[in-house]
Amino acid sequence: MNMLEINGLNVWFGTARDRVDAVKGATFDVAKGQSFGLVGESGSGKSTILRAITGLAPTWSGSIKVAGETVEHKRHKSFFKTVQMVFQDPYASLHPRHSVDQVLGETLHLHGFKDIDNRVVKLLDDVGLGQKFRFRYPHQLSGGQRQRVAIARALAPEPTLLLLDEPTSALDVSVQAEILNLLADLRAEHGLTYLMVSHDLSVVGHMCDRLAVMKDGEIVEIMDVAALQGMQAKHPYSRQLLEASV
Amino acid sequence: MEKLLDVENLWVKFPSRQGVFDAVRGVSFSLGRERLGIVGESGSGKSMTGRAILRLIRSPGIVEADHIKLDGVNLLAKTEKEMRAVRGQRISMVMQDPKFSLNPVTTIGDQIIEAYRLHNKASKADAYAKSIEMLEAVSIRDPERVMRAYPHEMSGGMGQRIMIAMMLIPNPEILIADEPTSALDVSVQRQVLDIMDKLVKERGMGLIFISHDLNLVADFCDRVLIMYAGRIVEVCEADKLHEAKHPYTRGLLNSLPRLDAPRDRLEVLQRDPAWSTAPSVSGQI
Repeated sequence: MNMLEINGLNVWFGTARDRVDAVKGATFDVAKGQSFGLVGESGSGKSTILRAITGLAPTWSGSIKVAGETVEHKRHKSFFKTVQMVFQDPYASLHPRHSVDQVLGETLHLHGFKDIDNRVVKLLDDVGLGQKFRFRYPHQLSGGQRQRVAIARALAPEPTLLLLDEPTSALDVSVQAEILNLLADLRAEHGLTYLMVSHDLSVVGHMCDRLAVMKDGEIVEIMDVAALQGMQAKHPYSRQLLEASV
Repeated sequence: MEKLLDVENLWVKFPSRQGVFDAVRGVSFSLGRERLGIVGESGSGKSMTGRAILRLIRSPGIVEADHIKLDGVNLLAKTEKEMRAVRGQRISMVMQDPKFSLNPVTTIGDQIIEAYRLHNKASKADAYAKSIEMLEAVSIRDPERVMRAYPHEMSGGMGQRIMIAMMLIPNPEILIADEPTSALDVSVQRQVLDIMDKLVKERGMGLIFISHDLNLVADFCDRVLIMYAGRIVEVCEADKLHEAKHPYTRGLLNSLPRLDAPRDRLEVLQRDPAWSTAPSVSGQI
């Protein structure tokens, strides 16, 4: 079964003369439990696809189906229980004046959970932070720890599809390894499906099963990671990208 | 090799309520007409080393060194006014984020022209022509439009190339590039590096390239200093970086995912407290 099906997705910003078509006719699907990567240079529209799925980019057309259900422009509350997103910059995505406990507690409250206290404890354990971080503020955490909090927040409503927008690009390579391992473990434990955006082909090669290469808002190639590792890109642009990153 | 810059026993200290924090602890190295890479994680003191050379560390930060010699002249003995003649003219620096290093309320053209005319006696028309030429040299399409534009209209990659153009226009002897490409895409990264490479070779400049990206440094530089907790833990030839011996360097290399050698789990760096107390390795030629 496909967890995510995207068909002819267009996303644009602005009107008339200032209109920018950020995504043009994107079509791909992600099977349940799979990890799918989107790569391309900045401005190629890869993050915009994630934003269109979550509703952060309201001007889109085409069809988005999550777990078989068509996503409308006005999303039902249950949508946010299925789909969650982790953002690029852990320094910007956490409220500076909310403690970790508040961040997670509020998310759980909004999703209507009752046993918030137990769940906060469990979430922190899941992302490998533990109790001593519960009452800290973001400025008391390192970049990797903040990204763990952001991942815990995304896991709070028990989603099945996790959208990862460059989850490690703001982190050091040693911390990146920890976060990528954590994400791989969480996927295995919770049976999650990932849609991951990255500009780093080796990260996508490590994390994903399939990937799409984007250029100027269009998907130019969809391939398996095995093909990527075997340097068997067909489209000249993906070959160029592959050569640049080896 | 001729030494352009020689740094001996450099310390950068920040007094705080919890005592003095040493960001850089007794680092020595020298730079010839080469590309010297400094790698390390965030907080390892690599950027502070770059800034300390230009004496850009603001009070209460303290810079101490036996000497920082540029062509045999100690920069630490210079007055602030004399330093201003060094900055930009003889040593210039490209900072990490173009968003914070360009003036948001002045057009790009005016900023480049200002940088040029500050160091060269030239008419506005000459400076304009020179600026256009520099923007073309860093492969910016449509330089006339860019000259009229404001920084917020530029993408990160363009902003960084503009910064490089601006820093190279006074024709310095040494360029310090602090993570110049970490905000850029791989394809653009290559371009920017090629531009810097060409300029370094053609003009015989010395380049200090500060980065956290080991592969990039191994590829691009001649010699590499690896920093950890304010000290240099290892110095090696860039093409032999993959044979590095120090466990920290090895750990960093192993934590990178690789396309040609897929693994289920990435290795996580195990830190040894002894690394931060071991004496600094000298990077002098």
